[in-house]
This record gives sequence, C-alpha cells and structure tokens, in this order.
Amino acid sequence: MKTTTLLIYLFIMASVTYLIRMAPLMLIRKKIENKFVRSFLYYIPYAVLAAMTVPAIFTATASVYSALAGFAVGVTFAFFDKPLIIVASFSCCAVYITEIILKLL
Amino acid sequence: MQNSFKKGIKDGIPIGLGYLSVSFAFGISATALGLPVWGSALMSLTNLTSAGQVAGLTLIAACAAFVEMVLTQLVINSRYFLMSVSLSQKLHSSVTPLQKLGIAFGITDEIFAVSMMQKGSLGAKYFYGLMLTPIIGWTSGTFLGAAAGEILPASIISALSIAIYGMFLAVIIPPARKSRAVLIVVAIAVALSCLLTYTPVLSLVPSGFAIMICAIVAASVGALLFPKEDEE
Repeated sequence: MKTTTLLIYLFIMASVTYLIRMAPLMLIRKKIENKFVRSFLYYIPYAVLAAMTVPAIFTATASVYSALAGFAVGVTFAFFDKPLIIVASFSCCAVYITEIILKLL
Repeated sequence: MQNSFKKGIKDGIPIGLGYLSVSFAFGISATALGLPVWGSALMSLTNLTSAGQVAGLTLIAACAAFVEMVLTQLVINSRYFLMSVSLSQKLHSSVTPLQKLGIAFGITDEIFAVSMMQKGSLGAKYFYGLMLTPIIGWTSGTFLGAAAGEILPASIISALSIAIYGMFLAVIIPPARKSRAVLIVVAIAVALSCLLTYTPVLSLVPSGFAIMICAIVAASVGALLFPKEDEE
C-alpha cells in the first residue's frame, strides 16, 4: 500500500474519531433527553465489539481449529468475569497449544 | 472542583498500564495485517480507541473506499458522542474552549469512566494529567507490539493474534451475562455478522458496512425493546 494512501486512511480515522469527541464538548449544553438515542448509544459498543469479534476471530490465527480453541477458552474465562489480561493470555495459550498438537498429528 | 494535575496523573496510571497490554495486542494484529510499525504507532497516537482502530485495520487491509472508512468510524465511535455530552456537563465553567479542544482528544471509555467518578466539576489541568499516561501507554504499547510482530516467530504471532479478540470477549461477555438486554444485542450482532460473512450474496457487502449494519440493527433492537433508564 502506498504511504500516501495509508496516511489518508489514518487522517480519516483520526479526524472522524476526534470530531465525534469534540463536537458535543464544544456545542452541546444540555443532556441528550431522547431515550431511544441514549439507549442506542449505550448498546452500540457491545454490538460493535460482538460484530467485529465473531466470526473474524475464527480466521485470526493460523488455523481455524486453534482459533476455535482460543475462542472457547476466551468465552469461558470471560464468562467467569476473569480480568481482561487473563482472558487474553489463556486464549493465546489455547491457540499455541492447539497448533502444537495439530503439528504433531 | 477537581483540578489537580498530579491527581490526574495518579488516576491515569492504572489506565495507562492496562492500555499497554491491549495496545500490544493491537500492534501485533496490525503488523500481521501488513501495517508498518510507524503506521500502527501513529494510528494509536491519533485515535486512542481499540474498537475503532481494529475496524480501521480491517478496512485498510481490504483497501476499502474512503467513504466506507468515514462511515464505519462514525458508527463505531458514536458512543464517544454520548460520553462527550455527559463530560460537557461535568467540566467546570472555567474550562476554556481551547482547553476543551485538548480534552476532547482524550475521551476514551476508561478515561471517561474515571473522570465521571470524581466529585464535583473537573478542571482542565486534572483532565490533562488524566490523559497523559494512557496516551503514552497506548502508543508505546502499540509500538512494542507492532515491532514485536515483525521479529517474533509465526507460531507466537498466531497465538498472540487472538489476544485482541480475547479482550473484546472480556468486555462483552460479563455484561451479557448480567443483562438480558446486552445478551440479546450481542446475539443479534453475532448472528447478523455471521450471516453477512457466510451467505453467498450478502458476503459481498464490504466489511465496514457489514459491521455498521450489524451494530446499528442490534443496538436499535436493544434500544427499542430494552430502553435504558438514565442512571443519574
């Protein structure tokens, strides 16, 4: 990818993200009263993260099987409210171990 | 009014440390997708958001249209709009418009949460202190992860590539377990996302628009069926 193209992407990302954060701070005095809009914005992060994680997680590693293992471990640890870094670490371990097993088969 | 720069720094350190691991995971993924190390570091320095940056990575890797990038970033980062509205009320009247321009840059989930927990109104100095270590942590973590991604062996990279998704799981699953509304939103988003990835015709929808559609539909259903009461 050309450097200029990458820089344009980065510029777009940075500008849009910044404008979203800056506009209300500069322009809005009152709270958002509309219940639908408030609720919508509350649920958006969960919807976005969910949509981005599944099914992309299944192609994130070298093999679908190791990704599945990592996913299963991640979901389990997250289900038990384990800290961010624990969930991630154990998912990574699951992937690594699964790939070793696959190589031995 | 809470306006101690030192207290800001103190409150920001745990956030900055936490950001080191998430941004490291992001850096690994960024290099795996072909981004140069300087690109990943610059992205983190200028964006300060994990979800938006991961989505950005996907679009860059797919050479998405610039318009798609704009719209996707708008949807994914839309929650900062709400946080900014809340924060605008929390800031002390002495905060100048110029200072607000600087403060706006640091509105992340964690920084916002900590700032809202403070008693009384917030001054610019406190917020600047609060932002500092997270920005440093987020950028340097990315740099380290991106650089590591270029020298670590493939087996380790493969394992680490799942880290960022593991972290996303850690963010969405506990609330989904506690709240039926969040669970349903997550389920709808996942179902639509799979539909748009695997169904023959629908899989032609570019990834940015796909994420947007899934998120907007899922969040709208949530907002319609399970409106959220104002917590103040």
